[in-house]
Amino acid sequence: MNVFDWIVQLMGIALAVAAAPVFVGWVNQCRAWLQNKSAPGLLQPYRGIRKLFHKDAVIAENASRLFRLAPYVVFGAMVTAAAVIPSIATRLPFTQAADAIALVGLLATARVFLSLAAMDVGTAFGTMGARREMMIGFLAEPALLVVIFVFSLQFSTTALPMIAERLSAQAFALNPSLAFTAVAFTMVLLAENARIPVDNPATHLELTMIHEALLLEYSARHLALMEWAAALKLFNYACIGLAVFIPWGIATSHAPSSLAVSVMLLGVKLLVAGAGLALIETLSAKLRVFRAPEFLATAFLFAVLGLLVRLLLGA
Amino acid sequence: MGAGAFVSYGFNSPLTVCLLLLTAWCTVALAGLVRPLSIAFVGRTLFPVGAFCGAALAFVAATSLRHPSEQLVLPIGLPDLPVHLRLDALSSVFLILLGAASAGISIFAAGYFRRGEGAAPGLLCLQYHLFLASMGFVFLADDAYAFMLAWETMALSSYFLVTTQHRIPEIRHAGFLYLLMAHLGAIAILLSFGILQGGSWHFTFDAMRAAHLAPNWSTTAFCLALIGFGAKAGLVPLHVWLPEAHPAAPSPVSALMSGVMLKTALYGMIRVSFDLMGQPLWWWGLVPLSLGLFSALYGVVFAAAQTDMKRLLAYSSIENIGILFTGLGLAIVFAGVEMRAAAALTLIAVMYHAMNHAFMKSLLFLGTGAVLHATGERNLGHLGGLIHRMPWVTWLTLIGVLAIAGLPPLNGFVSEWLLLQSFLFAYKVPHPFINMLLPLGAALLALAAALAGYVMVKFFGVIFLGQPREPALQRANDAGFAERLGLVWLAVGCVLLGFLPTHFISMFGIVTQQLNLGGLPASDAPWWLLVPIPERQSSYAPLVFFAAIAIVVVLAIVSVRLFYHQRIRKGAAWDCGFGGLNSRMQDTAEGFGQPIRHLFQPLFAIVRELPTAFDSQPKYRLEIGDRIWRALYQPLGALVRRVADKVAWLQQGRIATYLLYSFVTLVVLLALML
Repeated sequence: MNVFDWIVQLMGIALAVAAAPVFVGWVNQCRAWLQNKSAPGLLQPYRGIRKLFHKDAVIAENASRLFRLAPYVVFGAMVTAAAVIPSIATRLPFTQAADAIALVGLLATARVFLSLAAMDVGTAFGTMGARREMMIGFLAEPALLVVIFVFSLQFSTTALPMIAERLSAQAFALNPSLAFTAVAFTMVLLAENARIPVDNPATHLELTMIHEALLLEYSARHLALMEWAAALKLFNYACIGLAVFIPWGIATSHAPSSLAVSVMLLGVKLLVAGAGLALIETLSAKLRVFRAPEFLATAFLFAVLGLLVRLLLGA
Repeated sequence: MGAGAFVSYGFNSPLTVCLLLLTAWCTVALAGLVRPLSIAFVGRTLFPVGAFCGAALAFVAATSLRHPSEQLVLPIGLPDLPVHLRLDALSSVFLILLGAASAGISIFAAGYFRRGEGAAPGLLCLQYHLFLASMGFVFLADDAYAFMLAWETMALSSYFLVTTQHRIPEIRHAGFLYLLMAHLGAIAILLSFGILQGGSWHFTFDAMRAAHLAPNWSTTAFCLALIGFGAKAGLVPLHVWLPEAHPAAPSPVSALMSGVMLKTALYGMIRVSFDLMGQPLWWWGLVPLSLGLFSALYGVVFAAAQTDMKRLLAYSSIENIGILFTGLGLAIVFAGVEMRAAAALTLIAVMYHAMNHAFMKSLLFLGTGAVLHATGERNLGHLGGLIHRMPWVTWLTLIGVLAIAGLPPLNGFVSEWLLLQSFLFAYKVPHPFINMLLPLGAALLALAAALAGYVMVKFFGVIFLGQPREPALQRANDAGFAERLGLVWLAVGCVLLGFLPTHFISMFGIVTQQLNLGGLPASDAPWWLLVPIPERQSSYAPLVFFAAIAIVVVLAIVSVRLFYHQRIRKGAAWDCGFGGLNSRMQDTAEGFGQPIRHLFQPLFAIVRELPTAFDSQPKYRLEIGDRIWRALYQPLGALVRRVADKVAWLQQGRIATYLLYSFVTLVVLLALML
């Protein structure tokens, strides 16, 4: 049984790593359709990654070891995060190693390494990107934590699988704290994953970019790993959201049938979530960078409001 | 404290050994005067001996943790006022902190003081080791006299260390401010002890434990203790001396002051509120809690705006002191409403964070010391790119940076995790509104922790990464052997504290048991898995966590090598193809702090001079002041000056007048006697 648990665990990780670029491809596809463009294929991100792996890496002359190590650390952190998040099953062995707070810490580790690597070459854009990324991070991170606290208070645990399991045992009920935290979480997801309105993943317009500015000096396999890690991050965030807001259908045992249902449902939920994400991105305009802190401060306040409402009304 | 738990040992009791080690520190201190000008003697012999004493002290204190408390009465000092000493679990924990952190700092100092830092090395050695010994005596003291004696020795010896380079007026000024605040604090502590003795006029801590105070009096005593210890700790608004004094001292001394000395204040607060007071009232906790939260945010926001690397770290110390006092306040609230398990968890988190901060902050201060020696530069705006020239210092500092930014799997994360976990108990406090406001503290704490990440990326990125901002930096050399050893010691401490949380938590659990709060509930989790509250099922396993990341990293590297290639070409930086890149185009420290300045503008008093387009010699100036200094201290200083002017009227300068004063005083005294 124990061995089987680990097999399910590894399958979950492999699924996340493999599906993440496809999920990004799906979001891009939806966005293209919504904007009346002809869409690239679902596997386009994979083609990009494969192309990058084959190229020769060009590295700036004064790049240090930190610069070359960072892509691996960021990728490793994102894969570990995928192992911690209950995406298909709640009773997985590795999820014990980190609860939701540690998960937020892990995402912060990735962000810090990404920013340090961007500062390593010492270009104007790199440091600018690092500063902006950290600015977004320090507002988004507490907002995400407060969102998780709301559920922690309700289910008196900070373990994500436990939250998902206990919530999925209840009937769905729309309560005010849920609404506030859902808005906050969506805003954090947009900001943390460099989506419109905070950042635009499809631009290299120098003065507005954040995430792309961090990756500017990377090429070939390092860039491929960074892109893959970014896709995994989006996938992870989507899975966190699904686990705490709509966990119904997640496998609480490792019976093959419930696992199969869980994987199918996860696929459906992700399709809907990806389409929703594309819709938000299409309907909103990119904010000026100065406005991004206000956007995130709003997210933080929404999360805190959710916490207060939960404590005041118990709902 | 459980009565009757005292066992008298012979000469080999832990307390006696601790006492001997502290005496050894005093001896090392005096030995510095034998050959005060010999750097070789002081650096190669005395400081390593001091470091050894520190490591031994930590070891002895660690072994004594599981022993019952011990007391000792030394018949020295004034007649009829013997010195009472006592070694219990709380003292042991702080002695471990002192010993272990100072061991690393002393080894570093052995290499660092080779240039004498503007004072005779022997003199530095005297003050440095007296400082260490006095901190040890603070943790061992068991009566108010001994405590105050050690406390004042600590303040004075550190004052002389701060003013090592006393020829610089700013440093003299910083030292004066430090001495002033230290003494105001000491008066408050003395008055607090005066109330705590409860009319028995016995100033031993045992008498204070036995005294029963009316709530009004105990509240007054608590407030005085908070003022006194808060001034030592640098709690906002009593923090003004800290960002001046800590950077002024030589780096190993800054490390000692930030890493260890600030914890004496925390020790004092825990001692007074949980041991001497017996049962604290729950609402007292709200004061340190709110001041702590404010300090945490205030400290970290100001740290983000600094351009001097040591000042930045000093402000970061204010942040960490804020976190510690937040936890302390929360523990008092929990203890006051009889939520003992929650109080124990919170207090364990506080002690854990104190231990963590001792290692990480010392590591960072020593790192800045190494940079300062290699480059002669403290201003972040003139540094950069040192990762190529100083790899040892860079990578060891990176460990400290990641730890203090609260990133798993290092140590800073563990204590913040525990503190957040204890905040999640707060909604059970049986007081309406308060139980709803308290969990918001967790949100603010999370904000402060995330901001610390910002500050640390700025600190590390601007100093060590990028291109060197000055040509002179190309000639910087890495730290010497002794310095590296000291840094490695502290970095290993950070890693161990991060990887083995269950071990350290059970250690701190002994303290909470002795303080009648009970330990953490027993759990059947394996040693590598941290489950502080079994029914909550929140767990954290740093080793597994680290192993997972490491495995993925190795797998990724290996599979890239297997399936693709490892070809690398070196070229000029791309930078969007702009070209003509130079080191002035990187973000400066001011630039990196700009979003924070913009966002938290109301906190800062900013003076800015911007050049216009028509200036022939454009000048840019930015000064970031502390609003609290202007709003609180300057009016206070003006008031003192005005009162002093009025009082000066008494000083007539004529003997006859002064004789008249004496006569009037005598008459008044006689009238009072009769």
